[in-house]
Amino acid sequence: MKTCLVVDDSKVIRKVARHILETLDFSVAEAGDGKEALVYCEATPPDVVLLDWNMPVMSGMEFLRALGEAELSRRPKVVFCTTENGIGHIRAAIEAGADEYVMKPFDRETLYSKLQIVGLA
Amino acid sequence: MEVSDGATRVLAGLLEARTGQQLQVGRRWRLETGLAPLLRSHGYASADALVSHIQAGHDHALADAVVDALLNNETSFYRDQASFALLKDKGLARLQRERGAGRRLAIWCAGCSTGQEAYTLAMMFADEPARWEGWTIDIVATDVSRGAIEAARAGRYSHFEIQRGLPMAKMVRWFDKEEDVWVAAPALRQAVRFQQRSLLDAAPHPGRFDAILCRNVLLYFSSSLRRQVFGRLASVIAPDGVLMLGAGETVIGNTEVFVSDFECRGLYRPILPEDAWRAA
Repeated sequence: MKTCLVVDDSKVIRKVARHILETLDFSVAEAGDGKEALVYCEATPPDVVLLDWNMPVMSGMEFLRALGEAELSRRPKVVFCTTENGIGHIRAAIEAGADEYVMKPFDRETLYSKLQIVGLA
Repeated sequence: MEVSDGATRVLAGLLEARTGQQLQVGRRWRLETGLAPLLRSHGYASADALVSHIQAGHDHALADAVVDALLNNETSFYRDQASFALLKDKGLARLQRERGAGRRLAIWCAGCSTGQEAYTLAMMFADEPARWEGWTIDIVATDVSRGAIEAARAGRYSHFEIQRGLPMAKMVRWFDKEEDVWVAAPALRQAVRFQQRSLLDAAPHPGRFDAILCRNVLLYFSSSLRRQVFGRLASVIAPDGVLMLGAGETVIGNTEVFVSDFECRGLYRPILPEDAWRAA
């Protein structure tokens, strides 16, 4: 079973994302900020990280940079998942190394298509 | 909103006469969901009242609007990504080899709905400028729905439509954001000719195509009409052309004029005289 780490400071978003991902046969873990997510990835790198942009403690962009510098047994795919949907933000995410980008709100079909694009569905 | 059996028969007949599409028993819910906004906007109390007005025969625009409302315009960018990868890596690669002298390809997206698949094709060519340098790529996309063709020409997509299937790098490269809408770049819109046309009409110009995409349309046709449309497609496709159907569709049992393309499994090619000789 493929694994996804949902990183978002909103419990509601994590719950919605978990529900959708479980219908897509993913095993789901959750983190409330980037720092917590980094610790998780260093211990057990998931197949994919669904990553919010604005979070307390460590933002999505800070997490992405830290992930690039971390020594991991394998690098997870990273799908930014955010309400920040201006072209500037999306370009910044690409330059920082994100594999894909999904704008909130999203539905099951959209998330499925993004997971297909990164080769995980 | 309930639709009477009588109104259902009339509306299903109208849909099939105009488009070839059948309103199968399992899709009758579309009458309720599709017509409700139309009844509200035109002030009809029931589907029967709407049908009476259509049957009077004076309001062709209303009949057009009803047909549009009953059509399934479900589509997305890169719908079935593996199929588009196959088309790009195998089907178009072969056509590129075969057409190297003339450097011209004509592609018909038949039943293009709101344009996402036609724009997907346009992006496939535009994203490889070196590969296609010096080539003339003529993409024509048709759909029976006037509303769908207008939407396709405008190239304006909602937050949900733009995200479905389209990788972010292509989204920011080929679309501009105008408030909440994503608009196809002029170069992309100019790469596709959109025309309102039924699959029962004559094929669009140039009338002979190297590749035809007819995806998730013929499944709504009766078997006899489906066979007829396959025949029309075969009459306008090049002998070495490729036909791309929807991921869940096949020619097997539906026509004898196309066969699986053994070089590009998942695509189809027209029957050639030597195929008939082999089968004899």
